[in-house]
Amino acid sequence: MPEVAIRVRNLVVGFGDRLVMQGLDLDVYRGEVLGFVGGSGTGKSVLTRTILGLLRKRSGLIEIFGADLDTVSPREYAAIEQRIGVMFQQGALFSGLTVKQNVQLPMREHLQLSPRLSEELAMLKIGLAGLEADAANKYPAELSGGMTKRAALARALALDPELVFLDEPTSGLDPIGAAEFDELIATLQRTLGLTVFMVTHDLDSLYSICDRIAALADGKVVAEGPISTMLASRHPWVHAYFHGKRARLARLAGGSIGDEGEGSLAGDATNGGPGGTSAPQD
Amino acid sequence: MDVPEGPKFSSQRAGDSLRLSLGGRWTVDASAAIEARAEGLLAESTGASRVVLDLGQVVRLDTAGAWLIDRTRQVLDAKGVDATLESIRPEYEILLREARYRVLAVPKPPRGSYIVRLLADIGESVVSAGADLYRGIGFLGEVVTAIGKSLVSPSHFRGTSLVVQIENIALRGAPIIALINCLAGAIIAQQGIFQLRRFGATVFVVDLIGILMLRELGVLLTAIMTAGRSGSAITAELGSMELREEIDALTVMGLRPVEILIVPRIVALIISLPLLTFIADMSGIVGGLIVSWIYEGITPARFLTLLRDAIVLHTFFSGLIKAPFMGLIIGLISCVEGLAVKGSAESLGRQVTASVVKSIFMIIVVDGLFAVFFAGIRY
Repeated sequence: MPEVAIRVRNLVVGFGDRLVMQGLDLDVYRGEVLGFVGGSGTGKSVLTRTILGLLRKRSGLIEIFGADLDTVSPREYAAIEQRIGVMFQQGALFSGLTVKQNVQLPMREHLQLSPRLSEELAMLKIGLAGLEADAANKYPAELSGGMTKRAALARALALDPELVFLDEPTSGLDPIGAAEFDELIATLQRTLGLTVFMVTHDLDSLYSICDRIAALADGKVVAEGPISTMLASRHPWVHAYFHGKRARLARLAGGSIGDEGEGSLAGDATNGGPGGTSAPQD
Repeated sequence: MDVPEGPKFSSQRAGDSLRLSLGGRWTVDASAAIEARAEGLLAESTGASRVVLDLGQVVRLDTAGAWLIDRTRQVLDAKGVDATLESIRPEYEILLREARYRVLAVPKPPRGSYIVRLLADIGESVVSAGADLYRGIGFLGEVVTAIGKSLVSPSHFRGTSLVVQIENIALRGAPIIALINCLAGAIIAQQGIFQLRRFGATVFVVDLIGILMLRELGVLLTAIMTAGRSGSAITAELGSMELREEIDALTVMGLRPVEILIVPRIVALIISLPLLTFIADMSGIVGGLIVSWIYEGITPARFLTLLRDAIVLHTFFSGLIKAPFMGLIIGLISCVEGLAVKGSAESLGRQVTASVVKSIFMIIVVDGLFAVFFAGIRY
């Protein structure tokens, strides 16, 4: 029985008289990449923020690494926080600091490292995220969209977390950049043994790197499991999502990156379609 | 280069059937002409029992043109005239179908009575003022706790940040505070002299300047200037961080925004405002001194001698004591408003305005309270 990284039971979250989550249950297992989908405005980011403690829940249970967040002491909570990394949708890099300083900030706050080691580790993370070394001294305003996302990912990985939250990581990226980012996440997940909770709309990401998917509709998780479960689901929204025209194209195009290893990427993600793909299908 | 031709049509009658040949560009950039032509089509069709709208000569068609042409057809239809469209180019078929004339229901916003809405607005303002107070007090509690924690473990205190903020607020603000108060002192002195001349008591202008600047005006002008300058800057800074989710990013990293961002700013304001008030007091007196010299010939030496008799130490302190409280108010309000920014740049603008207005309002209210207090204890 795989270990559970996040367990949510009966979560109720609302604003005023509007209930966004109505008794939501979810499990995220250690070492997996979970894709989280839902229509716009259904509360995907509400769930993420509630799990992270940025929003207050009305009732329900949230456990991270087996610890009930309602009953832990502040010190234990701080310890859990350090095992989590978050990458926000717009990056949320601190605009007054360079990329390197952004990555070093969590290290400076929580760890006592020598300046040299902290600098080396920061450069290591920046490199792992696929950025060139000269990006380290740039300010966030000087970065392109793709670079911002990579910098945000480097910062999320600063403390070598075990659990990483990604909020729409490929939104706003061109198809090649998005495919590269998908591959980066898959590689890092293998290298660092991460558990990844990815909120996304990107069907290509869902097909290529997610081990399991959870679909949010009507304030609950209505389908949870690998792609096959999603395809078999009878829920109207899930069905429309995974059997619509774009979904079919994505299915034609995508191979699984993680398992096959040599699934070709850049061509696949963009060219699936009636005319046949330009890249070999595995 | 020819001006693109507008919409036009020509008509041929054969008995009671009519052929209208439309030509030119039936597009929205023809503006009034396109509606006029459409009316013309209808006018021309009176008396006919069969109308054919021939679109063969139409050079360009857009949604406006399609809408009006189809509307003409439907109006004729409703009048019992057999109306058809002919010679439709293939590329216009889809357009005519999608932009066909139909009644589109515009949802009407519910309009209650004016009085009810007015009362509701007033009620909402009162409730939100109460909510503001509640938030402000809660915030004050958080800040005090955070300051207390950093006194206990000084390593957590952001000294660098504090110094940067003091530089921004006090050092960079000093010149303008000095200038404004110098001018204020000068203006008071001038008007005071003109009025006191009537009683032959111009020598009391020294008392006027000394007491007014030191007790009230120095602190008030400084606080208002700082609210406008630094209060708005703090709100804008925190607000744009909130918009970019930087505050959330700090929180999830286990860093508390109150400790890192808020406390240095509030402590900096509490320290800076007395310093600036001192500069303000001195500048005000200098301004008054210069004007008294120019307008009334009171030499600086004489001015200072008279000043020494006019004021006592508590004249100075009663102004200075108010300064840290003003700083706290500016800090609390600007931080609360900054963190309340949600959504868009419009929200940011609104919160910055609210921050400055509320700060200035509370500054004057607190000044009034202090005045009552000091009068009560005869200070």
